[in-house]
Amino acid sequence: MSSFLEISGVDMVFPTPKGSFTALKDVNLKINKGEFISLIGHSGCGKSTVLNIVAGLYQASSGGVILKSAEVKEPGPERAVVFQNHSLLPWLSAYQNVELAVKQVFSGKMNKTEMKQWIEHNLQLVHMDHAMHKRPGEISGGMKQRVGIARALAMQPEVLLMDEPFGALDALTRAHMQDSLMEIQSQLNNTVIMITHDVDEAVLLSDKIVMMTNGPEATVGDILQVGLERPRNRLALAQDAEYNRLRSEVLKFLYEKQRKVESLTQNKQASKMQDMSQQESNEAVKFSNS
Amino acid sequence: MNSLTSIASNRLIEQGRKAAVMLKITELSKLILLPFIGIAIFLVMWTVTANSIETSLGKFPGPVAVVEQFENLYSEHVAEREKAQAFYQRQDERNAARTANDPNYVAKIRGYTGKETFWDQIITSLITVMSGFLLAAIIAIPLGIWMGLSRSLQAAINPIIQIFKPVSPLAWLPLVTMVVSAVYVSPDPIVSKSFINSMLTVTLCSVWPMIINTAIGVSSIDSDLINVSKVLRLSAITHVQKIVLPASIPMIFTGMRLSLGVAWMVLIAAEMLAQNPGLGKFVWDEFQNGSSDSLARIMAAVVVIGFIGFLLDRGILALQHWVSWDK
Repeated sequence: MSSFLEISGVDMVFPTPKGSFTALKDVNLKINKGEFISLIGHSGCGKSTVLNIVAGLYQASSGGVILKSAEVKEPGPERAVVFQNHSLLPWLSAYQNVELAVKQVFSGKMNKTEMKQWIEHNLQLVHMDHAMHKRPGEISGGMKQRVGIARALAMQPEVLLMDEPFGALDALTRAHMQDSLMEIQSQLNNTVIMITHDVDEAVLLSDKIVMMTNGPEATVGDILQVGLERPRNRLALAQDAEYNRLRSEVLKFLYEKQRKVESLTQNKQASKMQDMSQQESNEAVKFSNS
Repeated sequence: MNSLTSIASNRLIEQGRKAAVMLKITELSKLILLPFIGIAIFLVMWTVTANSIETSLGKFPGPVAVVEQFENLYSEHVAEREKAQAFYQRQDERNAARTANDPNYVAKIRGYTGKETFWDQIITSLITVMSGFLLAAIIAIPLGIWMGLSRSLQAAINPIIQIFKPVSPLAWLPLVTMVVSAVYVSPDPIVSKSFINSMLTVTLCSVWPMIINTAIGVSSIDSDLINVSKVLRLSAITHVQKIVLPASIPMIFTGMRLSLGVAWMVLIAAEMLAQNPGLGKFVWDEFQNGSSDSLARIMAAVVVIGFIGFLLDRGILALQHWVSWDK
């Protein structure tokens, strides 16, 4: 049986003035319908590149992505993206931002009143119905990100792609947004791929955590199943043994094992970067031991 | 104790009030007093300097002479209008009388061909500059948007723009004049050739800043917004309409302001050189006239030209404020 979304044998090579740079090497991932996947790894490991390839914004150098047995060739609303810095159109109100997406996706399928209801429904889902006629400049960062999520949800995507959606928010707002996202997810049961730096966020939200090795030639290092029961409560989980085990698994991967096993000597630039990452990991180990 | 604190707090409030009043005074002085002082000093220096410059047409005009000429120019305008009215009245009476005698007579109506007054020249100049500027905008904004969207088109056109941008209107004018008189041949022209000449010269000189600024505005749109457009699969037209235009409006208006400034300067030069009607021609005619009032009248025109240039710029700014989301 083929899976819902399949990333197979993806390489990504960027041409640079100093020669080609292989960001991703042989990335393989299978995702089932309704699964919440987190991609975690150090910065610069190519998480965003993976997401952009699934979104269709980048073309993989080799290999490819198959969604519902069709190859992904270009961006489209069935793979809605929530960008890191909201990227709402600043000249449109929250309502109009969602409207632009809804009109594009549902024109001919919905009449005007249905569209209006659908837009308002999605804004209610992210608790933004009270400020839907405000422009992005008039609302806080967390609220903007909520509208960004509403816009993505309103496209009724097959896969929701989130590129560090809460990365730019303060810790309290972030926790609040995570709870909101879990609440929405329990209603809609979307297929989600989320990029994150945050170990707690990954364990709290995901069904699977995909841990990526350091670049260049980054790939999937390990996949961790998160079997914690839903609904999850962050306070209760803080004492939970399984939660803490998962958390330390991810930490161990990130700070001890993230070095790739094979040596990379062919590419000078690559080996240099490898040295740097090794140094980083040594420091990290020191840090975690102390 | 209580009364003591209340006295203290009263004193504080009093101090606060005083500070607020002082702040208001400084603000007012910045807004009105300082510009006023600046202008006053300028007028004094102008008067003093003007008095010490002797020309073949008499002393250089000071502010008082210029104000006098403003009055003269206005009364000349009124007199000319009265003459025109009288002319039309006579013509109407004559025609009425002839039609009364002979019912088959087709009345001939001729326009008044009196001298154009200063105010007529201002209107002519304004119409010419706006027409030239609008034509430039109609060409420049779509072209600039297209260039901003396509790097290859930008690479192809950029050298041409960079070469033509610094060209003086005086170099274009003879070419424009010759081409217009060769191409624009009509027995019954809707607008005069001289109008077309000035307008095209204005367009040729004011089109470049608008193209450049629009192209820069469009090509520097946040890549996240472009990605949103890609994910939504917006059509090219919707993409331009919903994303590109609103995002680049501030830069487009910057280009328009630069262009209109250039257009106004170019127009005056073109009118002077080509004897096209307008403020430039007024200045040139007065110079050729060489009466004792000429310099004061030219100086009056200079003030008016400056003031209109300022108003045009403010007009575009107001338009931007009205159109732009970024207030």
